[in-house]
Amino acid sequence: MTDKPWPVPNADTASFWEGCAQGELRLQRCLSCGAAQFPPRALCARCHAPSPAWEKASGRGRIVSHTRVHRPPSPAFKAEVPYVVALVALEEGPRIMVNLRGTAADDPQIDDAVCIGFDPPAGPNGIALPHAVAAEAP
Amino acid sequence: MKQRAIITGAADTAVGELPGSTCMGLHAEAASLALADAGLKPSDIDGVLCAYSFTEPHLMLASVFCEYFGIQPAYSAAIHAGGATGCVMAMQAAALVKSGICRHVLVVAGDNRLSGLSRDRAVAALAEVGHPQFERPFGVTIPALYGLVAQAYMHEYGATPEHLAAMAVASRTHATRNPKAQMRKPMTVADVLASRFISEPLRLLDCCLISDGGAAIVVSAADAARDTAKRAIAVLGTGQKNTHEHLVAAPSLTEFGCRDSAAQAFGRAGVTPADIDVAEIYDSFTITLLVELESIGFFQKGEAGPAALAGALDLGGSLPCNTHGGLMSYAHSGAAGGLFHVVEAVRQLRGEAEARQVRDAELAFVHGDGGILSAHCSLVLGRQ
Repeated sequence: MTDKPWPVPNADTASFWEGCAQGELRLQRCLSCGAAQFPPRALCARCHAPSPAWEKASGRGRIVSHTRVHRPPSPAFKAEVPYVVALVALEEGPRIMVNLRGTAADDPQIDDAVCIGFDPPAGPNGIALPHAVAAEAP
Repeated sequence: MKQRAIITGAADTAVGELPGSTCMGLHAEAASLALADAGLKPSDIDGVLCAYSFTEPHLMLASVFCEYFGIQPAYSAAIHAGGATGCVMAMQAAALVKSGICRHVLVVAGDNRLSGLSRDRAVAALAEVGHPQFERPFGVTIPALYGLVAQAYMHEYGATPEHLAAMAVASRTHATRNPKAQMRKPMTVADVLASRFISEPLRLLDCCLISDGGAAIVVSAADAARDTAKRAIAVLGTGQKNTHEHLVAAPSLTEFGCRDSAAQAFGRAGVTPADIDVAEIYDSFTITLLVELESIGFFQKGEAGPAALAGALDLGGSLPCNTHGGLMSYAHSGAAGGLFHVVEAVRQLRGEAEARQVRDAELAFVHGDGGILSAHCSLVLGRQ
């Protein structure tokens, strides 16, 4: 069986994946211009200052787009078809990609409020992939 | 004196499923056809631009091609810009001849992506465009990434599944007039909407083909173009814009670099979208073409779909578009896919397009996009 394309953490991304394994969504914030960014990088992509700092993100955001995948990229995803991939704009600004889980995946709509959760650690590097579920009513 | 860049040769191989074809064999066949079209010999070529291959991937594809073809040009390079590669190669070739570095640049691409790769392997290889850590683990494919664009764009501008389907139907209508096209069976909006979902809202018939095939053009300096065989087609304007690679990092899901890329090309050519007689625009998916038609300025936001349903993209319409049948009905074989659009524009401007000829076509617009509307390159071509 072909395996899923598990992330292989590197110096840019290790802190993000460590956070996920601890149930914490982390973003980078530039110490110079204050911009939050994702995906993580060795510099700020806005002002190009080096070494942005890591911070814990709210984990709250809104769906900015979604698609229900019927034709998977490889047999490794076949058991889950159809599944929903979404782009979520986090309250801090950056956008992340996740799968929608639970009721959030039933009939997703752009602007739906969601919360980031985490799959159980899996794969060769014990990766806990982030996912999104419907936000609790306030 | 500043040289003008002239397309002196343009050709493609047969397309579709070509059992027994090889990547380099398709390159060589397309190159020979383009040289013959120009009336040039292999030894006249002093620059070569190649792209990339899935079936014969190599770090130095231009060198591999030159060795295979049996030429030793002064200049060669391989360019990787996904679906924008065909236009980027044409833009780079024009820059090489205008600067005086080269006199005749051969631009060539091809892949036996259908017969040399299973459909599963092609889908898996293409999915590698996704971010290895922040997109691919969630099971995305290229149709899924474009599905995300489609959903956002439909939400923002009111495009409907029928509007998307109209793009595929327009391409198919053109392809029915092109004996070389891979898919020629007439198709309706209802046929598109009845096809199965690949990644919502995109259905099978919203997606491009996977094909074998090759294409090549020769771009020459104006003074070197005098002795070539066919009507000279000038590269009047070129432009590019690159905003991101991965969709997760795109500045917007509804505004893309095609607007700036096209504006640059129109500006350099001194023309406007309204002056264009025929357009050949990258159409990896119906949403790709719809976004580009509206972003480039051929239609207002929300109007390309209704216009296409009314026949605007057909012969006799306000903007005949993808007259060969495009990536959805003619063929899509990797970097050659985007080059097919350039070859078709040249044929239209020369008046060689037979049953699909746009009458008196004097000015053509060609656009390529790579990644997920990430890398854009635009060309304005005209009769010399």
